[in-house]
Amino acid sequence: MPYAEVTADPLDPARLLARVGSPENGAVLLFLGTVRNHADGRSVSGMRYEGYEEMALDVLRRIAEEASERFSTPNLAVTHRLGALDIGEVSVVVAVSSPHRAEAYGASRYVMEEIKRRLPVWKKEFYVEGAPQWVRGTVPPADGSPAPDSGAGDP
Amino acid sequence: MRVQARFFAAYRELTGASRADVDLPEGATVADLIDTLREQGPSFGALPPKPAVAVNLQYAPPETGLRDGDEVAFIPPVAGG
Repeated sequence: MPYAEVTADPLDPARLLARVGSPENGAVLLFLGTVRNHADGRSVSGMRYEGYEEMALDVLRRIAEEASERFSTPNLAVTHRLGALDIGEVSVVVAVSSPHRAEAYGASRYVMEEIKRRLPVWKKEFYVEGAPQWVRGTVPPADGSPAPDSGAGDP
Repeated sequence: MRVQARFFAAYRELTGASRADVDLPEGATVADLIDTLREQGPSFGALPPKPAVAVNLQYAPPETGLRDGDEVAFIPPVAGG
């Protein structure tokens, strides 16, 4: 069963890695999204993540389940952070293991692409100079359905 | 019937509200709710005419029918990750 979590607490990648390991799986893949110090040529000092928490957890669970089904990777875990983050802090973790590497790469990519498409989370960027701004986002699909081909491709 | 509208992120800042109770006639849809809100004044009037919406935590197209007690969230373009 895949695992999904939305939390205001700092993320612990090792804890997620520990959830997905399995003696049957020779490939273990860890993706971290972190807050970077620049955007569109401006110096960024931090980021504040806001979520529609109840729905975000629901959507993230569904995304994790879809990835597990599409790529036959039940050993998958994803967490998304909310709240105020400093530069370099981890905002999202995807851990997945599979017998061979192709499925793990595909599933991890799928989870990230679908998070960008439809997870009800927003971020406000804070700059070294000037007023903070909401990061320009993606209009989610009206019915919330997964992409027929999210760009992740077949395993 | 009465539904509860919720506004997040940029929409919360646009409207100056995080929640609003809205009375609607029976049979009203998501599109009717959006029109009703946009006619209510300058703050809700700042909402786009066709925002993404979720009804009871599920994305829902404009023609979705509403029921008493529904929670209808206005979802600005998303930017997770």
